[in-house]
Amino acid sequence: MIRTLTATAATALTLAAMPAQAELKIGSIIELSGPGAAAGTNFRDGVRMGFEEINAAGGVLGEPVAITEYDSQTDPQVSRAMVQKAIDDGVVAITGTVFSSSTVVNMLVAKQAGIPQFTGSEAPSITAMNNPYIFRTAFGSQKGVPKMARYMAEEMGVKKVAVVWANTEFGKGGHESFLKEAGNYGFEIVADLPTEQAQTDFSADVVKLKGIQADAAFVYLTEEESARFLREARKQGVTLPLVGETTLIGHKVIELAGDAANGAMGHVGLTPDANIPAMTEMVERFKAKFNYTPDHNAIKGYTAAHTLKCVTEMVGEADSQAIADKMHGLTLTVAECPGVLMDVSWDETGEMSRESFFVEVQDGKQVVKAILPPN
Amino acid sequence: MAELIQILISGLAAGSIYALAAVGFTLLWQASQTINFAQGEFVMLPAFFVLVGMGLGLPMWPAIGFSLLLSLLILGVAFKKLVVEPMLPHGTLPLVIATIALGLLMKESVKEFYGATAQPFPAIFPQKVYHFAGASVSAQDIGNLIVSMLAIGGLQLFLNRTRTGRCMQASAQNPAVAEILGVDVKRMVMYTFLINAALATIASVLISPIYLAKFSNGETLGLVAFIAAIVGGFNQIRGALVGGLLIGVIDNLSAVYVSAEYRSAMPLILLIAIILLRPQGLLGTKEGRAV
Repeated sequence: MIRTLTATAATALTLAAMPAQAELKIGSIIELSGPGAAAGTNFRDGVRMGFEEINAAGGVLGEPVAITEYDSQTDPQVSRAMVQKAIDDGVVAITGTVFSSSTVVNMLVAKQAGIPQFTGSEAPSITAMNNPYIFRTAFGSQKGVPKMARYMAEEMGVKKVAVVWANTEFGKGGHESFLKEAGNYGFEIVADLPTEQAQTDFSADVVKLKGIQADAAFVYLTEEESARFLREARKQGVTLPLVGETTLIGHKVIELAGDAANGAMGHVGLTPDANIPAMTEMVERFKAKFNYTPDHNAIKGYTAAHTLKCVTEMVGEADSQAIADKMHGLTLTVAECPGVLMDVSWDETGEMSRESFFVEVQDGKQVVKAILPPN
Repeated sequence: MAELIQILISGLAAGSIYALAAVGFTLLWQASQTINFAQGEFVMLPAFFVLVGMGLGLPMWPAIGFSLLLSLLILGVAFKKLVVEPMLPHGTLPLVIATIALGLLMKESVKEFYGATAQPFPAIFPQKVYHFAGASVSAQDIGNLIVSMLAIGGLQLFLNRTRTGRCMQASAQNPAVAEILGVDVKRMVMYTFLINAALATIASVLISPIYLAKFSNGETLGLVAFIAAIVGGFNQIRGALVGGLLIGVIDNLSAVYVSAEYRSAMPLILLIAIILLRPQGLLGTKEGRAV
């Protein structure tokens, strides 16, 4: 009897002495359905793989990380509710969302609760709203578009440009950034063609584009829309150079558009085809795990997980405020945080900066034509 | 002029695929008073059957045959036996709700089993572009238009020129009298469901290279086909054909010449105008109904 009581007491004391499990609770709020599903699924899998590797290596501050996933349905109001739910569930930080129209809405909830949020969105407005809790995992278009416009002007000799853009928060951001750069580089905008979110038929838009005399078209649509647009452009025999951001020449777009993606070019912040060993290895592990080639959104999610790990260990505790404070003005190098894959910095607004690439799709692969310095 | 030709051909090609789905609406309505709000998902699903077939190692054309077979079984036989027959005695409204639920089930099932992201779908026509009067016309557009027209034309011939087709029409117009005259009405209704499944498969194979195969494709297609059926005339196959073509052309014309932002509103404006001015549809006939 005494032996049993002793054993029970010993077990109880041992359990009490053990640190609480899953101290770092992360909310992964992403587009798993609706028009953003392609981007959201990649981002989700990147976050998953990142934290699984982190847990396998001992977790963060010796504790395992617990991720809870929430589907935003690519609906801003649902995404807002999901962010609130994650906060109610006690998360330390949030990853996602990817679609800017959702992020501009849900980031206010995270801000109010003082929870750092690592978004995959690229609309300039996101880091222009004085929110100390938002951090990008990819360039805002106000960072990426100037690099691309400069390449168009200086390397391609473009003078007249047609602009095809998604009439969404994401698309408006890219559109405004490009118009600003067009002013800087003296581009003449010969056509300005807005399209709808989740548009399926681009025949009319391509007909309009064909009737225009331009040196190039700047195409700023989401991945699936880009793939449909490229297929339609090929179908109608468009020969104009099509230039865009990551969403025009990403791997998912190449998979969906097939041969029609060949010849498209643009700026990418992250590419599995960059000759960077850490990124190549990450991509191989991802392909082995999920059985598809990741795009830049997966890399965003992966680097978000590792950024969170490194910053939490830097501050020494899983404290939301401390993590957010540390992020401002932070530079993470690959030497000190290998999971970020490339040296990266965040400014006081949560905007990020690092090297990026100008690529052209050739034979179904991104071929890096130039490495563009941080701006 | 070249631009107009291009728009018209693209519009007709898209519209002819809408027409296939719209004809399915009218067939089921005439045969069994079924308004199938899962019709969009009926067009979405066969594309995934093709992808499953190709995933099993079948070449494209056998995979399309595999998809057709599965569609006939699931969207034809199973739909009639498991959804329509149990619900129909309770009236049209419960059946409408059942088809809405079925559409959601199909959509979510595809998302669950095949993923939320769009999938590439092989084009069945060569990627050639022909130049005609300054316009570039793709083999895909021409092929889509021809196949859709052949399918609908063949259906019209079958219904009007064959004994089975006339029995199907008789069953649709007056099932009681048809039964007295020795027509196996239940079998005729089953044929209608099978034809709808086949048309949905054709529409799916034609439109998926453009839309890409995605679980949510039915949302757009179902709505457009429903509008096309009402605009053309819900009780006439030729009405559904005209409605589909009209919607395809108006959509493209309005996107180019009116406003790309409001293009999706144009079919709805047309729908409102038709309901106000000609409720039976452009080619539909007035039907009296006892209440």
